[in-house]
Amino acid sequence: MAQQGIKKATTHPSQNEGLIFEKSSPGKKAYRLEPLDVPEVDEAKELGAAARADLGNLPEVSEIEIIRHFTRLSTWNYAVDYGMYPLGSCTMKYNPRVNEAVARLEGLAGVHPYQPEMVTQGALRVLKSLSDQLIEITGMDAITLQPAAGAHGELTGILLMRAYLESKGNPRKRILIPDSAHGTNPATAAMSGYQVENLKSNASGMVDLAALEAQMNEDVAGLMLTNPNTLGVFDEQIGAIAEILHAKGGLLYMDGANMNALVAKARPGDFGVDVMHLNLHKTFSTPHGGGGPGSGPVACKKILEPFLPLPVIGEDANGLLRLEYDRPQSIGRVRMFFGNFGMHVRALAYIMANGPDGLRQTTEDAVLNANYIRKQLEGVYDLPYTTSSMHEVVFSDKLQQKNGIKTGDIAKRLIDYGFHPYTVSFPLIVHGALMIEPTESESKEELDLFIDAMKSIAKEAEQSPELVQGAPYNTRLSRLDEVAAARKPVLRWKPQAAGVAE
Amino acid sequence: MRYLPKSPADREEMLRAIGIRSIDELFAPIPEEFRLKRDLNIPRQMSESEIMAWFRARSAENGTDNAIFLGAGAYNHYRPVVIDSLVSRGEWFTAYTPYQPEIAQGTLQAIFEFQTMICELTGMEVANASMYDGSTGAAEAVMMAMRVTGRHKAVIARSVHPEYREVIRTYARYQGLPLTEVAFSNNGRVDLTALDREVTNETACVLIQSPNFFGTIEDVAAVAEIAHRKGALLVVSIAEALSLGIVKPPAEADIIALEGQSFGVPLSYGGPYVGVIATREKFVRQIPGRLVGETKDRNGKRGFVLTLSTREQHIRREKATSNICTNQALIALVANIYLTIYGRAGLRELAKQNLAKAAYARQQFAKSAKILFDGAPRFNEFVVQTREESYDVSHRLAQKKIIGGFPLKKFYPELGNAAVWCCTELNTRAQIDTAAQEVR
Repeated sequence: MAQQGIKKATTHPSQNEGLIFEKSSPGKKAYRLEPLDVPEVDEAKELGAAARADLGNLPEVSEIEIIRHFTRLSTWNYAVDYGMYPLGSCTMKYNPRVNEAVARLEGLAGVHPYQPEMVTQGALRVLKSLSDQLIEITGMDAITLQPAAGAHGELTGILLMRAYLESKGNPRKRILIPDSAHGTNPATAAMSGYQVENLKSNASGMVDLAALEAQMNEDVAGLMLTNPNTLGVFDEQIGAIAEILHAKGGLLYMDGANMNALVAKARPGDFGVDVMHLNLHKTFSTPHGGGGPGSGPVACKKILEPFLPLPVIGEDANGLLRLEYDRPQSIGRVRMFFGNFGMHVRALAYIMANGPDGLRQTTEDAVLNANYIRKQLEGVYDLPYTTSSMHEVVFSDKLQQKNGIKTGDIAKRLIDYGFHPYTVSFPLIVHGALMIEPTESESKEELDLFIDAMKSIAKEAEQSPELVQGAPYNTRLSRLDEVAAARKPVLRWKPQAAGVAE
Repeated sequence: MRYLPKSPADREEMLRAIGIRSIDELFAPIPEEFRLKRDLNIPRQMSESEIMAWFRARSAENGTDNAIFLGAGAYNHYRPVVIDSLVSRGEWFTAYTPYQPEIAQGTLQAIFEFQTMICELTGMEVANASMYDGSTGAAEAVMMAMRVTGRHKAVIARSVHPEYREVIRTYARYQGLPLTEVAFSNNGRVDLTALDREVTNETACVLIQSPNFFGTIEDVAAVAEIAHRKGALLVVSIAEALSLGIVKPPAEADIIALEGQSFGVPLSYGGPYVGVIATREKFVRQIPGRLVGETKDRNGKRGFVLTLSTREQHIRREKATSNICTNQALIALVANIYLTIYGRAGLRELAKQNLAKAAYARQQFAKSAKILFDGAPRFNEFVVQTREESYDVSHRLAQKKIIGGFPLKKFYPELGNAAVWCCTELNTRAQIDTAAQEVR
């Protein structure tokens, strides 16, 4: 029953594996050091009272056990390499292998950040090339690659706005944020010392222009807008939005989470955006790594350039690159060194592999895929906003709720069908949201399997809702008790003797 | 384009299914005036071999066989090949945040192991799933101390990494958080008398780094006593995590902000690295970032989930403990594998080699230059003062493929021609002898 109609996946044995600490036993080793070529030292003499007695419960295992442990664990993960991973707003696209190869070249992976500039010209050239190309892609005037992730980029961008407004005499008090925004937006505004003012969306899921006009005044620093927004809708009033803000001296921040809908088709710098961040781990194919590392460059218009984080890259007449620190108006540093350089290398390799034509085709395919899914599933699932979709589509569980099935249940059942679920219950303006972003990396065959699975689950929701509610069945573990995990948190392993029950 | 899995016929068929003639119709929501009607002005599409060649040329410009004596927040340790072999599996690096625990147990269990190892190493009770790096981790730790104490001032030792302090300043600027800096004394440790003067009943926390930017191990107990007497928390930043293999962890700290780069993470011109915050159990609800906890499934089997997420931005929005969302999971996995390879015995042996190399180097350098801050213990870094201008020394050495110590002039002009040098297990005796002869 639970296997019926599932075309993409079949269960197969999955290896059991305990925690690494449970395999440890004194005397096992996975290393051998070179013989010491300088005199031995007595740590008690060198360190005195600061010498450490022992290393507690760090594991002691052999190399083959390490390989098996982490290989077995890895097979318990779903990944882009296995199949479609349609997490909305996460842009789970293919992570090209050449990116990994170039990031591991010895002269790039082995460079110390404080090496003199005469022996870091290659690294600086990577930063400069990526900067130039991202500026062209966004249509902005300047950029910093320092932020380590999207939310870190948001913080940098809002601090740039704040520093600019301060230089004009008044940093202002509030930031407007649409009710459809990611949670990082309001959290960022608060970290930058701003009050958050909610901006309502209109019936089409776009900014309510009248509300914006009414709420915009000299106390408002600006608006944080995701465009296309979290419904996957491009706000066609973008020109008017920018005008309303600029007329009152405010600035337009764009969250670039959904830039995969725009690259090579439209440039935020051309439609009134003053400052934005990019997520290299979304749009520019650097791997998500199970939660990171990411990279969140911030691009801005000329007026904000003097405030960029330190240092910036300069180039002299002979083509020699250097780091410039003499920027008195800078907001300072947001991270030590120069950001997640390894991610910059990968993103640059991605842009080179694509070129202008590849990037355009990529964006077109991403939008095509989302609209294909929308067309095939419309009517099977409720489409709360019928406004045109760009690179993602948001359905709701309204039709399935009649049978007591929620978006979270459909997501769990999708796992049995061999797919990673979509983003569940977001954006907040859609009750019971199913937020689907296929990206350009899916073939028609994979999309058809997904559509087929979604239709099949809709049917199950009508005919045997309890089946859907009990999912998943084909995984190592069934649904996990998240309430118990939060009520009495167990956040680390302890030896049995200390009383942790299994 | 070789990454795109569709034929022209597939695209045609999909357009027909949608009921449109041309892809342009799907971009109609973008107003005409804002549509890009030309090619982006970027280099043409390149083959894989061209991409490899371009990056190989950049790699060569940086040079590949330098003897590196730089530390100062990024450490040149050997990386066992097992690490890249494992983290190159697509199941690790092409997955995302484990929102669906039934198909993310690999990542979740690995993070749970990482949290455990960090607790074992630091002596703390809980550790998070990671922060961006040591500098932002230290900034987040200071803000966490503000939330815990309800106080709004922080006292920071000047011997904390200068770039960490710059990052903290940026973060603190709009949090209504005045920062005071405290000088170091002539043994390189924070000046306890000055510290005692600066810490008041309004101080949320004292932040020190140990080993500090000069490589000196701080007297953590003495600093803790001063902080705690006034009801402030002690935050200890650790930039050279390998020191924990042989240096006593700062058990008196309330929050430890660790940079884990030393645990198998490539130098990679400064990132990606991995920060982590460890603390006492009673402060767990104020910790920023993801946490993984143990639980059971419906059949009573052990499993792991993201937990205590009511602290986080996707639930709490502007009231969250931080805006952090993406963390450094893959780099935490690197650290986890590294710590598993060396383990309880190896980490100690390795740390002891670092200690011995640095002790030997100090003796050699002392023959023709001056070693500063001799009155307190150090791990693998030390400060060398020369008669020759520090940048000239660096420049001269770089031409001999030796990357010398980090000149301190920019951040500590009062130390004159001084530089902080680092010796790890990768610095051979021959390299040390050569460098010592050049430094005067």
